[in-house]
Amino acid sequence: MNDKLWFVPLVLGLVALAVAHYGGLVMAPTEAMMGEVGRIMYAHVPTAWTGMLMGLVAFVFACGSLATSKDGWDIGTHASVEVATLLCTLLCIQGALWAKPTWGVYWDWDPRLTSTAILVLSFAGVLILRALVHDQGKRRIVTGVTTILAFVNVPITYYSVKWWNTLHQDMSSGSSIADEFKWSLYLGWLAMMLIAVGLVGLRSAGLMARLRREHGETALPKAKQKIELLAEKGGA
Amino acid sequence: MSRFAVETRDLSRRFGRRWALARINIQVEPGERFLIVGSNGSGKTTLLRILSTVLDATHGDLLLFGQPPGRDPSWTRAQLGLLSHLHNVYSDLSGPENIRVFLRLLGRGDEPVEPWFERVGLEVRPDPVRSYSAGMMKRLSFARLLSQKPQLALIDEPYGQLDPAGFGFVDELLTDLSESGTTVVVASHQVDRARMLCQRAILLDQGQLRWEGPAVDVARAWGALHG
Amino acid sequence: MIFRQAIEIFRKDLLIEWRGKARFVALAVFAATILLMMSFAIGPNNKELQAHASGYIWIAVLLTSTQLLAGSFQSETEGGALEGLRLLPVFPPSLFYGKAIANWLFLVLLVVLVLPLSFALFDLSIQGSYGLLALVILLGTAGVAAPGTLYAALTARAPAQQLMLPLLLFPLLVPTLLAAVKVTALVFVGDPMGQAGGWLGLLACFDVVFWMFGGVLFWKLVES
Repeated sequence: MNDKLWFVPLVLGLVALAVAHYGGLVMAPTEAMMGEVGRIMYAHVPTAWTGMLMGLVAFVFACGSLATSKDGWDIGTHASVEVATLLCTLLCIQGALWAKPTWGVYWDWDPRLTSTAILVLSFAGVLILRALVHDQGKRRIVTGVTTILAFVNVPITYYSVKWWNTLHQDMSSGSSIADEFKWSLYLGWLAMMLIAVGLVGLRSAGLMARLRREHGETALPKAKQKIELLAEKGGA
Repeated sequence: MSRFAVETRDLSRRFGRRWALARINIQVEPGERFLIVGSNGSGKTTLLRILSTVLDATHGDLLLFGQPPGRDPSWTRAQLGLLSHLHNVYSDLSGPENIRVFLRLLGRGDEPVEPWFERVGLEVRPDPVRSYSAGMMKRLSFARLLSQKPQLALIDEPYGQLDPAGFGFVDELLTDLSESGTTVVVASHQVDRARMLCQRAILLDQGQLRWEGPAVDVARAWGALHG
Repeated sequence: MIFRQAIEIFRKDLLIEWRGKARFVALAVFAATILLMMSFAIGPNNKELQAHASGYIWIAVLLTSTQLLAGSFQSETEGGALEGLRLLPVFPPSLFYGKAIANWLFLVLLVVLVLPLSFALFDLSIQGSYGLLALVILLGTAGVAAPGTLYAALTARAPAQQLMLPLLLFPLLVPTLLAAVKVTALVFVGDPMGQAGGWLGLLACFDVVFWMFGGVLFWKLVES
């Protein structure tokens, strides 16, 4: 497949995102409780869904990578961990921007945001460790193991932070979204998914090319001529 | 079913883009003393590591005692002993404690360790291995190898770090080993010494097998290769 | 076979730690130093120190644990012993569980050594039950030992292990830290609302996940 094809979902996603955000950020009515700030939901919720889904994708790639020992799964893990890290970082920033006018602080230890931030740290650790290990076989295992554990830990972290910060009320659900503008939310999600898929695809293609360049198959050398020893005195 | 203790077919190993070992075909008879000769970086250690199942081959087949090592890894590994430059010991434990740990893991914890020390000419001392000299360390590695009672002993540079008195001791030890039925594969660049000890030899150069024949002739092959 | 080998590995790690007792003493002193520095950072306010004592104790344990865990794999890789074990043949999960249980024991010992000091420094008393204290020490350190052993193995040959180990391990240990700190605080101030049970449940759940996953993932790691 031509690697350039990955630009198709990326561009489609960007267009869809523009349309969705025009709906959510311009056309939709101002939110009753939160005012104009409430519009950030139209960007925040799609990012959240996509970010978590990319975490799941990374987890699936990592399981495949450990199960099959194939480099393709490993490259997929690397690319999706990167995209998930990007999206989750974005998610934390959006959450902080929303929390400041709403709660008066940038960071109020909301369980969702906090467990997302922990996932960002874990995934960043995965990427750093990956950069330090040069043997591809070892790198594949190390990446797979750390990615799986980072993801498995998300629900445990979520519940522990939730109990730890019990004063907190549940929020950021879709309920504050005007019914007639739900389409903007779903289109936004679709757009983010397309962008994420495009980015993972492009990044994988680039990483694969680099892997081939550095570790790629090289032809097994032809057998050289065996040395013949003369019967009496040796040496040629 | 192969009758050989070690048999390889086109065994090759790639590190990154470089083939450290290419198309190695060898057959080692049970009980034979087999010599691998080559200069530094010729692939001797890589070959020994693959034979010891610590390292996987990229290409080709390996048969140990007539079967692929993956068929019953723990049985195969129980038949193997590897003596490498890493020594494979715990630096904080004493010599006897090290051997004891390995014997216990093999389920032979009640056997005495002293005979193995006597065998390699090493004092039974309580100080940690960390304080051992290079020669003592080598002898301890031999004690560990012998105590495992391997069917196939893979030995990387047996003479390294030993004094001339140690050379004779290694010769004697390896001869005893093979006479008791153990197959011995030795990798060394001490050509003149090792060729007298072994029966057959191969010469490796840049990961390729360039010559095989009676061990006594290996020096001539070496000469032919390196001018 | 699996069980027996795990016990042998466990014995061996105890023996190595016993031979290098000075190192363990140094670790305990390191933990004590952290507690002391915490007090200096907060100031001589007994009320405040008392209120956060459980947090200081577990942070001290966590920071010290990375040194302990890294050391437990240094002894394996330094003389190439790990490779020797693979050839023996040792079943990788036995190796993992033997080492993890040994590390668990060392961490429990560390907490037991550090606790009296914290009682003196932070003017603590036990209003809750001693059984609860024992339970949180056991479950909390178990929650550090299993992922810690796995991650120490993972970073054993990476450059900058001293940095990489906590970098990878600490985000993973957030649930353990939260639960252990909370329950330990309840031990100190009493638990009239019965909150400890839920936290211990969470800790137990974390422990089960990581003690189970650990063996399997460690296997993958060693076979590479």
